[in-house]
Amino acid sequence: MRKVYIYKGFERFWHWTQAALIIFLALTGFEVHGSFHIFGFEMAARFHRVASWMLIVLIVFAIFWHFVTGEWKQYLPTTKKLKAQILYYSIGMFKGEKHPTKKTELSKMNPLQRLVYLGFKLVLVPLTVISGIIYMLHKFFDENNMVIIRDIPLGSVAFWHTLGGFLLMIFLVVHVYMTTTGHTPTSNIRAMLTGYEELEDEDEEKESKKTSENKEQHK
Amino acid sequence: MKRTIIIFIGAVVVTLILVNVFHEETYYNLKLEKLKQEYAIKSTSPVDHSQFEELQKDFSSPQEVTEACISCHNKRHIEIMNSSHWNWERVSYVEGRGISSMGKRNVINNFCIGAQANEQACAKCHIGFGMTNDHFDFNNARNVDCMVCHDNSDQYMKGASMAGYPDRSVNLTEVAQGVGKPNKHNCGSCHFNSGGGNNVKHGDLENALLACEREVDVHMAANGMDMECVACHTAENHQMLGRLYSVSSTNTQRATCEQCHTTTPHFDNLLNRHNAKVSCQACHIPVYAKVNATKMEWRWSDAGRLKDGKPFEEDDELGNHSYMSIKGSFKWAKNVKPDYVWFNGTADHYLLGDTIQSVPVIINPLFGSHDDEESKIVPVKIHVGDQIYDKKHNILIQPKLYAPEKGDSAFWQDFDWATAAEAGMKRVGLPYSGDYGFVETVMYWPVNHMVSSKEKAVSCAECHTRDDDGRLAKLTGFYLPGRDRFKTLDSIAIFILFASLAAVFGHAALRIVTSIRRKRYDVEIIDYQSEK
Repeated sequence: MRKVYIYKGFERFWHWTQAALIIFLALTGFEVHGSFHIFGFEMAARFHRVASWMLIVLIVFAIFWHFVTGEWKQYLPTTKKLKAQILYYSIGMFKGEKHPTKKTELSKMNPLQRLVYLGFKLVLVPLTVISGIIYMLHKFFDENNMVIIRDIPLGSVAFWHTLGGFLLMIFLVVHVYMTTTGHTPTSNIRAMLTGYEELEDEDEEKESKKTSENKEQHK
Repeated sequence: MKRTIIIFIGAVVVTLILVNVFHEETYYNLKLEKLKQEYAIKSTSPVDHSQFEELQKDFSSPQEVTEACISCHNKRHIEIMNSSHWNWERVSYVEGRGISSMGKRNVINNFCIGAQANEQACAKCHIGFGMTNDHFDFNNARNVDCMVCHDNSDQYMKGASMAGYPDRSVNLTEVAQGVGKPNKHNCGSCHFNSGGGNNVKHGDLENALLACEREVDVHMAANGMDMECVACHTAENHQMLGRLYSVSSTNTQRATCEQCHTTTPHFDNLLNRHNAKVSCQACHIPVYAKVNATKMEWRWSDAGRLKDGKPFEEDDELGNHSYMSIKGSFKWAKNVKPDYVWFNGTADHYLLGDTIQSVPVIINPLFGSHDDEESKIVPVKIHVGDQIYDKKHNILIQPKLYAPEKGDSAFWQDFDWATAAEAGMKRVGLPYSGDYGFVETVMYWPVNHMVSSKEKAVSCAECHTRDDDGRLAKLTGFYLPGRDRFKTLDSIAIFILFASLAAVFGHAALRIVTSIRRKRYDVEIIDYQSEK
């Protein structure tokens, strides 16, 4: 094992700010939706808008960061070992098997993560953010005193935005749980907090592979 | 070192956010201050009518006063004679009816029903003299009553059932010398007392507005801007801005809040945006009839009961008539939450002779829907009741109510619906079968006055709520955040959310169980090896 600086400062800042904003947006958003009462409708609506602008700014910075650092390549989807990864989570894990994919600085994500996070970034977040912006500017008076975005019914905007909100909550539940499936239950969270994670050495990997092969041969 | 910087930056960001969220800035609304300044300056008359030679005489009839007015203002009577205050009708296009002439001459209302056949009494609110029947000469300028609107001496009043003539106690010379711009008393003499008493019809227009506090009306408050009716209901050539939808039909010449306050009066865009679909009145008139009660229900079918052969009256706990033999039974209410409807400024009216299409009969259907660009949510007073109708011809009846004496078929004297209906229908030239009954009727009164300041305005959650008693709970055809949701989406999504929670916990439990088992297995192996 070796200690590797895997999550850069901005990445961690972006991740936790985004997490906090999304949770706050969920609290205020579902209050606007009428699911529960915490802040009161008026305050919930106001807070939701403030937080949404903050999230939009953050996302703009994150997109910029992904492109200038080349980190976007992390999300290139692959089907290689995808099945193995799914089998690991559904069966292998209970048998005490090792992760089928190796985490390195250059490939932080397993194929399943790549697919899910790509979907998160390209479908889920755009769906929610774009529907949210339309929601926010719906029937807005522009400088010429004209009402803009009046032809899209608010109902359909709200439908997509609510759908996005629910999907994000489902993502949140599964995502938080999946962080415990690392080397130890807290190693992933600790890595996202400190930036450092203990990763297997390539040699170690080979060795362990060899030993397991040997074991099989012995059997 | 780096960590301290990061913590510092984080703390600054959090503080900034908290300050922004919780800090309430006291805005100085320049737009509003400008308006206040503009309307704080009360205009004074540039002339003193008491010094005019023409007015230094004893007027023997009100028509002589009008002649004196016209002798100087020699074109104004033409403007007046083109106005609906004078003509009691107006030609306009009405959806589903076409171009038609409508007004007090042929519409009916849900209160005293109609002026036809009762002119002698109803003409108290006509700006003319001598309307005793349907033969009034609308082309005679001498009959224009200038004083009822322009008397600033506060002593002019029309006589009861005097066909529009002033009360005999009025000193015409003093009135003529004291004319000026119309004030609250002038407009209010009719518009506050319509329907036979204070605040009967409108609910938002009543004598309390003559001297009220800001809580009652921010504009007219005596301790506030103290604005006159004509400050908003401006007029050019005697054509007043403002539409009263008990008689009007078109979305023109309306007096609006926006004419002064613009479509974006709030600092908050979230509030401004509402104006695309929500009228200012909807939020800023949380309740109407703030001081005195207004009539909410009028049942003509109860009218005519007599005690010892004599008409009688009963009062409710607020001191308002709950029963009158001549009119029927009433329900009154104070501090009423308005109902809300979609309204685009156009309306139809039940015209005398119209066949009843549906029950209750809607006396003045207000047009509008969410999908109509011109429509907004407006607050209304909904007045319900019942009225006499012809069972065979299926039309509402215009009864003859008023007559100075018994034996002239008038209901208010003889208490006989059969003769009152026959006489009334004969006068308006409609058939009457002799078979009458009573039918449910409804009338809508858009509420526009008794405006509250932002502190008292309707709060967000009063509409944006799932509660059944939310203000907009009954208004359908659109998506209202906080009230509406897609039930299928919600149930499926919530199901999946809980399913994933269950799956996660199940997965975690299974991991714990299997890892414990594995450990025990490992321990066993070790034990086995050590034994070996």
